[in-house]
Amino acid sequence: MELISLSPWDLSIAAVLVVGLAALSWRTHLGVEKRLLIAATRSVLQLTLLGLVLETLFAQRNPWLIGALAMLMLGVAGYEVMARQERRFRGLWGMGIGTLSMFISSFSVTLLALHLVIQVDPWYTPQYLIPLLGMLLGNTMSGMAIALDNLTQNAWRQRSVIEARLILGQDWNQSISVIRRAALRSGLIPIINAMTTAGVVSLPGMMTGQILGGSPPLEAAKYQIMVLLLIAVGTGLGAIVAVGVGARRLFDERQRLRLDRLR
Amino acid sequence: MHCLTLERFASRGLDPIDLTLSRGECVTLTGPSGCGKSLFLRAIADLDPHQGDCLLGDERRSLTPPPVWRRQVGLLPAESHWWEDRVGDHFVDGESHLTGALGFPEECMDWEVSRLSSGERQRLSLARLLAGYPKVLLLDEPTANLDKANTNRVEELILTYLREQGASALWVSHDPEQRHRMATHRGLRFADRQLSPEIWS
Repeated sequence: MELISLSPWDLSIAAVLVVGLAALSWRTHLGVEKRLLIAATRSVLQLTLLGLVLETLFAQRNPWLIGALAMLMLGVAGYEVMARQERRFRGLWGMGIGTLSMFISSFSVTLLALHLVIQVDPWYTPQYLIPLLGMLLGNTMSGMAIALDNLTQNAWRQRSVIEARLILGQDWNQSISVIRRAALRSGLIPIINAMTTAGVVSLPGMMTGQILGGSPPLEAAKYQIMVLLLIAVGTGLGAIVAVGVGARRLFDERQRLRLDRLR
Repeated sequence: MHCLTLERFASRGLDPIDLTLSRGECVTLTGPSGCGKSLFLRAIADLDPHQGDCLLGDERRSLTPPPVWRRQVGLLPAESHWWEDRVGDHFVDGESHLTGALGFPEECMDWEVSRLSSGERQRLSLARLLAGYPKVLLLDEPTANLDKANTNRVEELILTYLREQGASALWVSHDPEQRHRMATHRGLRFADRQLSPEIWS
């Protein structure tokens, strides 16, 4: 199968449709036209830039450059996790918990996949590392954000219950256990749903891209299976760390509930 | 013999104080709403950051694990909170020896929390607290939602508990007659960031 290259003309047809949607939003007072256009412009610029960067990177194979790009991606993901919290932790913890959990969810799982599953040599071969990392960062991010948001929101709402349990002599761990379990569950549900309906209701984005790009469907399916499983593992590990660290941070050394650490 | 000692203890709205409660003693506390009485009790139970230290007997709080401290220094907040569906699930072994004295039938442990009245919640939360046999009771208006008969039950139960267990209590109340009934020797008045003795007329 031949790869049909997209011309700028092809892309501008899609762009005109988005502008049409924005116009519709303006006409009907939906109020999302500005955000829609900014987001669309951002994605065009960011993806073009990424394409250019990757072309250079794939040609050079410089491990330092690859590392720098990976760190940049991690930093942005950590920031995004924090930015999606309604009540985030104050100070460095806000960014720190997000970045740490994204590191666990994506870096460790990517490295594992590169070494054990795909067995690329050298392991930092950018054609594999960067797309896999991006895939994991992008797909585990919402799980982390949902889990942390759920934790802090429920701790805030149920402060009296947590304190009632502390008063009766339960330790911090017991007094927040129900809330913590609910937070973990909420972070894992999107990926569980995605796995359940993959290939039946939805054709996952990566597989679609590969097929459009000319790969045989069964090869694309194998990669998609691996990626989905890795995302599930990454989301689970990352959410456990994020919720665990977050829950501990809600209490101080005397096991008092410290909601003043949120804002 | 001393039970609870506060050393240079300061919570929000209160300048540092020293205070000692003897075994079996009930000290009442009153003062205008919002002056910091509840925060004072919360600080003793170590729920909020504050200055100073406390001792239970000669056991220093800063050296006691927080859950152990809170089991011994039992706070009864003005509003009780429940997290399970059944009343009994909040009690160790699902039973309480005090519900009869508080006017409940034995099967009250199977009741649903959501169907309790505010007065029933308040009395059951006292039973829940006493089930852990705390050595100090910090009572924040424990009879605020109760009628006369139940107020009497609660007062009697607490006096019996203090006598039998040698425990001491700090009792916040807005009712001067109740303070007079409950105070063993003295009452305290919370005003202008200070605790001063309440003068009984």
